[in-house]
Amino acid sequence: METVGHIEVTRTEADWTLTGSLHEWLVTVDHKRLGLMYVVSALVFMVIGGVLAIVMRAQLAVPDNTLVPPDVFNRLFTMHGTTMVFLVGMPFLAGLANYLVPLMIGARDMAFPRLNAFGYWIFVFGGLLLYFSYIGGEGMAGHGTAPDVGWFAYSPLTEHPFSRGTSTDYWILSITLTGIGSISSAINVIATTLSMRCKGMTLARMPLFVWLLVVVSGMILVAIPPLTAAQVMLLLDRYLGAHFFDTQAGGSAVLWQHFFWIFGHPEVYILMLPGFACASEIIPVFSRKPMFGRAAMVGATVSIGFIGLGVWAHHMFTIGMPPAANTFFVASTMLVAVPTGVKIFNWIATMYGGKIWFATPMLFCVGFLFQFLIAGLTGVMLAAAPFDWQLSDSYFVVAHFHYVLLGGLLFTLFAGIYYWFPKATGRMLDETLGRWHFWLLVIGFHLTFDTLHFAGILGMPRRIYTYAAGRGWEGVNLVASMGVVFQTAAILCFIWNVVRSLEHGKEAGNDPWDAWTLEWATSSPPPEYNFAKLPEVRSSRPLWDIKHPADPDWKYE
Amino acid sequence: MSSDVLHAVTNIFRPASTPAQSIYTLSMLVLAVCGAIFLTVAGVLTYTIVRFRRPSFDIDREPPQVYGSNQIEIAWTVIPVLIVIVLTMATARVISEVQNRRPSADAMSITVVGHQWWWEIRYPALGVVTANELHVPVSAPARPRPVFLRLESVDVAHSFWVPQLAGKTDLIPNRSNTMWIEPKVEGVFLGNCAEFCGMQHANMLLRVIVESADEFSKWVSLQRQNARRDHPGEQIFLSLSCINCHAVGGTAAAGLFGPDLSHLMSRQTLGAGVIPNTPANLRRWIRDPQVMKPGNLMPNMQLSDRELDQVHSYLLSLR
Repeated sequence: METVGHIEVTRTEADWTLTGSLHEWLVTVDHKRLGLMYVVSALVFMVIGGVLAIVMRAQLAVPDNTLVPPDVFNRLFTMHGTTMVFLVGMPFLAGLANYLVPLMIGARDMAFPRLNAFGYWIFVFGGLLLYFSYIGGEGMAGHGTAPDVGWFAYSPLTEHPFSRGTSTDYWILSITLTGIGSISSAINVIATTLSMRCKGMTLARMPLFVWLLVVVSGMILVAIPPLTAAQVMLLLDRYLGAHFFDTQAGGSAVLWQHFFWIFGHPEVYILMLPGFACASEIIPVFSRKPMFGRAAMVGATVSIGFIGLGVWAHHMFTIGMPPAANTFFVASTMLVAVPTGVKIFNWIATMYGGKIWFATPMLFCVGFLFQFLIAGLTGVMLAAAPFDWQLSDSYFVVAHFHYVLLGGLLFTLFAGIYYWFPKATGRMLDETLGRWHFWLLVIGFHLTFDTLHFAGILGMPRRIYTYAAGRGWEGVNLVASMGVVFQTAAILCFIWNVVRSLEHGKEAGNDPWDAWTLEWATSSPPPEYNFAKLPEVRSSRPLWDIKHPADPDWKYE
Repeated sequence: MSSDVLHAVTNIFRPASTPAQSIYTLSMLVLAVCGAIFLTVAGVLTYTIVRFRRPSFDIDREPPQVYGSNQIEIAWTVIPVLIVIVLTMATARVISEVQNRRPSADAMSITVVGHQWWWEIRYPALGVVTANELHVPVSAPARPRPVFLRLESVDVAHSFWVPQLAGKTDLIPNRSNTMWIEPKVEGVFLGNCAEFCGMQHANMLLRVIVESADEFSKWVSLQRQNARRDHPGEQIFLSLSCINCHAVGGTAAAGLFGPDLSHLMSRQTLGAGVIPNTPANLRRWIRDPQVMKPGNLMPNMQLSDRELDQVHSYLLSLR
């Protein structure tokens, strides 16, 4: 151990490693182990959800295809959507938060380690319950049927007259369970950042990553309860004869939509902001400049959080709302574009004038910037309600939100994995394989999702299991399906890279990227207690201060 | 006839009706603004990654550390706000143009009712009931004929979408929505149900047949004819459970669960657009509707060959 400046930096061999008995992993309450378990579980579910998507694209590659029957197809897209949102996006963000927040704020663990473990396991059981429906669920077609009502499960399709058996109940219960997991992890992040920051780390000096995850956690606390309430109401409808959404007894189909989307739209930002959080750490380090307009970034994040709570009905422009309501949601939705734009401008300004190092994490961030720019602009198109009357529920929307969640979120998550993998494992991921991974994913992503915008413009609705020849949809669908081949190859590259690098990767050392936040001040992987002595910071870039004693940040902050 | 022209490619940027045209005009404005923003931002981004790539020499020296600038932040907040205001106002104008249009006294009003997985179409003023194919007169400059649709559903949520004629509007149970179209071009316009509604959502297809005023009134008078036939198959048909779900005007068949069959053979397709309405297809459909549209709510009726022949020939007589 040695002391550099005023931070004590661990230089010892890590006494915490990735090994350990299965029992140790099962009973762990360590934030780093739970973080890794979250991330690995999310990646496993991502592969499963991806396989569902491959089958769907195979079915849609050519018109009048009979590869997949309609009932199976409906289960595929329901399970794909539910998996990617609730079993990939949410646990991924919980994993990042768990692993990184305590390290970044100089704490030894999360505020509530047992709650943390509880949140993880309840998410795992929720996910397993959802997939158990493929064996144990009971639907119209008999035993072994998964949910088939779409990931937003519009009523009254989910009511007993239209959804017999138990497949919808599996959906309701597993979503409710994962929601409990998300809420417990959100409470934990907020409590940890409010009460466990190291000496000198004021809110103003807190890394942007932590700031964004605090905002995300606040949004989770506001957005998940309406969803849980709606699920409970739906269960009451189905089993106790309540009539919330049961239109045949006077219930309201629109009520479900309001409940769902007042969760569902903030959810989009909940999923996306952790991506922004990764980009806000990685872009400065690889441009060798501090984040341009830190305060503006925090302000933009908080305003996205607030405005994001008031835009939900833009998912409902086609339900026949009065013109005044439509106009309100047009205005609020377009307004979100402003803070989002500010973020993009700040990232570009951070790169401008820097010395950009295109290592794999940065490649993914640059891909993210281009793709998220397009995703934002197609979002503005969808926000113009009359344009949305055409595009809503078409393949244009499918392309748009895959641009957000794949082109935006997944790219930044991969950037994050390449960036923090050395910290978590002590080994670097391979750069060459990383480049293959990146370029294959870029090619596959654009082949698939650029073309699907055009399918929507040509009037192709989403969630159809087949389409007739002659409507002009053949070409775009074939190209979109071919893109999947490249995307699959990219993911295989990534998996191979992880497996290989765990054993044979280059030794990372404590600080392979010459970065500035506290997680790089401890060993890789960090010891169980994170820091031998809790650090003390004087600026938002404590390691910069140490490395440049003649020109420290705290002089300017 | 020009009303036979099939507009098979439903490109939203090839509008053929007033509301679709208003939407198209707005779309072009939004696309232009978004395109300009894309070119500007992507241009700056491209310049940045090319110009500020780390040089191979002089790696160790850090670039000047710039922390931000309030003036710049304000500039790139205010400019987008102005753009948002312009786009919101342009959008509000089109919302009002489309949603605030009120029917004139003589405007035609049609009720469309969504079913799993077909469309019931009623012309209350004309006493016509049909399914899956909406006939409307073309709107000529000399005689504008906007058509107002009242949209309802008997089961789950559906959505009426014929892209070249108008944006989509949902059919929601326990709720009555309205929309309107004003087709300027004759021909057959295709559409789909655009809200997931269960097993056969994909094959809940729509056609709107836009015809000249003469053709339309001929069609109406045909639809209003008594469907009663002196046909040997009629008794067989009426004795089977077909009539629990289907209606044939003037007979005891008055079911409301399935499409009205009074003038079945005047329609172009069967099974809500899943196959062309030819005698051979009709026979296959009656024999087992589950083959062509698996999961649809008409079961295989297990007709004997004789019953099948007679029902088939009876239905063929319903023109």
